[in-house]
Amino acid sequence: MRLNCPLCGDRDLREFTYYGASVYADRPEGGWSEAWDDLLHLRDNPAGETNDLWYHELGCSAWIEVSRNTVTHAISDTRLLAERKPAAKGAKA
Amino acid sequence: MASLIEITPCDGLLPKIAGGMVLSELPFAHIASVAPLKGKTRALGAALKAMGLGWPGPGLSRRSGDAVILWSGMDQAFLIGPDPAPLQGLAALTDQSDGWARMRLKGPGAEAALARLVPLDLRAQVFAEGQVARSGLNHMMLHICRSGPDAFDLMVFRSMAGSAVHELHEAMEAVAARTMIG
Repeated sequence: MRLNCPLCGDRDLREFTYYGASVYADRPEGGWSEAWDDLLHLRDNPAGETNDLWYHELGCSAWIEVSRNTVTHAISDTRLLAERKPAAKGAKA
Repeated sequence: MASLIEITPCDGLLPKIAGGMVLSELPFAHIASVAPLKGKTRALGAALKAMGLGWPGPGLSRRSGDAVILWSGMDQAFLIGPDPAPLQGLAALTDQSDGWARMRLKGPGAEAALARLVPLDLRAQVFAEGQVARSGLNHMMLHICRSGPDAFDLMVFRSMAGSAVHELHEAMEAVAARTMIG
């Protein structure tokens, strides 16, 4: 499998580390709250489009959001986490 | 006070020669990590231009004589050679001179030797002179730059100099053996 790093281009899977759903990057404000509990333990389980968080560890060290379809396994898009749209799907209310 | 001996990262390890390829250590040079401060990217570019360089885009480098600046990640580059003092106030500067082992692999089989270790297409038509990439040298983090038609400049963490030389030498000898078989 290859992933497209927005900075480096197509790279081999061995260069990346998987960090689960990209909501992991949406940290709640302030100290401990229910929102933190949700961040750590609650995930959607969609059949269809979902966004994942990957780290280009053995590469340029960029954090990357990868859109993939859990039904077809197709990867539709990758973008730098720093440049993704705010309030993505799954953001805490 | 302890009397310490100053040695380079690959002291006693290089050069290695096999099949017309030479793996040698690059001479010690000042290495500064340069990361533009918020809103200072243009000014930093101008300051680098005054040094005969410029801000390198992703996967690129700028060279002027012995001075070179290599892209090294998002909003980050390595300035190798010159004193980074003129960039003060424009970028976050970190001295990394002692942190890296810098080597050059040169010779007709350089691409073939690296193909055994690096998961990148390093052919000249894809990875041209002056292009840089961050990737892996087997399990090690690698910063690679094509410095000539048959030469690559490699940077690994200083602590991994021994492993890197071992891996590269093995690959060079394997390529040399295969060439000999014909």
